[in-house]
Amino acid sequence: MTTLRAGWILTQRELAHWAREPWGPVFGILFSIMLLLVFGFLFGGAINLPGGGGYIDYLLPGMLALSMMFGVETTATAMANDARKGITDRFRSMPMGSASVAFGRVGADMTNSAFELLVLIVGGLLIGWRITSDPASAALAVLLLLLLRFSVLWIGIFVGLSFRGEGATSAVQVLVWPIGFLSTAIVSAETMPDWLGAIAAWNPLSATATAARQLFGNPTGVTGGVLADGAVWLALAWPLVLTAVFVPLSARAYRKLRA
Amino acid sequence: MNTLIAEGLRKRYGDLHALDGFDLHVPAGVIHGLLGPNGAGKTTAVKALATLINVDEGRASVAGFDVRTQAPQVRRKIGLIGQNAAVDEVLGGRQNLVMFGRLYGLSKADALARANELLGVFGLSEAAGRAVSTYSGGMRRRLDIAAGLILTPAVLFLDEPTTGLDPRARNEVWNSIREVAARGTTVLLTTQYLDEADQLASQISVIDHGRVVAGGSPDALKRQVGGDRVAVTVGIRDSLDEVARQLAPAVVDADTRTVTVSAGLADVVRILDKYEISPEDLQLRRPTLDEAFLALTGDAR
Repeated sequence: MTTLRAGWILTQRELAHWAREPWGPVFGILFSIMLLLVFGFLFGGAINLPGGGGYIDYLLPGMLALSMMFGVETTATAMANDARKGITDRFRSMPMGSASVAFGRVGADMTNSAFELLVLIVGGLLIGWRITSDPASAALAVLLLLLLRFSVLWIGIFVGLSFRGEGATSAVQVLVWPIGFLSTAIVSAETMPDWLGAIAAWNPLSATATAARQLFGNPTGVTGGVLADGAVWLALAWPLVLTAVFVPLSARAYRKLRA
Repeated sequence: MNTLIAEGLRKRYGDLHALDGFDLHVPAGVIHGLLGPNGAGKTTAVKALATLINVDEGRASVAGFDVRTQAPQVRRKIGLIGQNAAVDEVLGGRQNLVMFGRLYGLSKADALARANELLGVFGLSEAAGRAVSTYSGGMRRRLDIAAGLILTPAVLFLDEPTTGLDPRARNEVWNSIREVAARGTTVLLTTQYLDEADQLASQISVIDHGRVVAGGSPDALKRQVGGDRVAVTVGIRDSLDEVARQLAPAVVDADTRTVTVSAGLADVVRILDKYEISPEDLQLRRPTLDEAFLALTGDAR
């Protein structure tokens, strides 16, 4: 109870940051919109989808999934900054539950990402993206996207707690790009060489992107293989596996601060 | 009744013995200085007492609670001011104190009342609404100290609170620390500066290589270290050798035309007057920390 309360107070801290310095989150969202425009209009004309369909309709769910995965940077950077400035040590010297810091991060980042998702969905609708399914399916798609964000949040907490130097957050910032592109977020895996396409199909990001396409009623660029039938299940399973691995690792990293 | 007790603390990081049989007894209500150079183990000792790290051996208690087995109780009794000002730079001063107050379990209204009270005590009321990133180093440090005092702790740990501050800000922080002690909180202050310990602490423990190597009141330690030195810069009109002879025994530096003696300032001035020598400059030099270590440990660094 007190841990949840502390988590909520730390979430409010993040909301107060936005009120004071709105440009950070605004630039983050502008960056996602820029990527959307670059891929949608600059590169999009040259991209043909296996199975047909318009590229904007294909791209948008992929960009939503990509922006959820990129959230791992925000989390890792925020954790590492608090550690470097001694704020984490101050929290640790205070009478609050050991999970409070993580809960605060979860509350702050999930709020941030939900807002980003909303802006991108509205932006997508403005440039011609259409949801052709029913509201329940669309809502499930949004939940699966947020579930992906929730799972990479714990990767970010683990990295931020384990590696305090600025090098670690820089490494995360660089690594998200190949991981993000080696997926079906931007292009169909079926246009890649077989071995690369196989890796891309097993990327957790691909599961969420493909599941979101199916649930929004958009073209999937998938004509066969594991994603054709099981994308929704994979989009559920991958984040749960990541969470099951990285929650205990984060808890261990937090305890190891006392070593 | 000792508020802080550490007995035989040992902490190893690989081959480094950060704490190597560290002992400390601090009675309630005093400012105790923990004096030592970089890497002596000061921060490790503070972190061990503030429940941030587990030691390998030894036991410690704060306000009657064991730091290992009763960490939650200890945390209700302490404030920790680390080497960096651990406040949120984006938020305002008042926002910071309200946030920390609520994290300490105060209600919104109580946290706000306590924040305003502390802002007043530390002279930050006017700047309370501004983002901390616009604060000077001294203001930031005072806010940092205020955040450690929200529950009026029995013990406040201050880890090198004036490192990196200019002399004016340092004085502000010193006054704040005196204010804290005057309100009955026991202060453990780590510092690299002998004069800081001298200014604030009633008792000093000198720490080196993870253990306390000397202790006592500032005056007692200074007597061990040796008294003040006076450096006389000799003008062109006077003979360097002549001045050195009159002030002997003295150390002469021909390059800077300086004669340094171990004597009181008044004695030096009297001798200079008597021989009608008007020096370019007269400087009182306190024993440096290096000299203190030489005197206290016989261990040249």
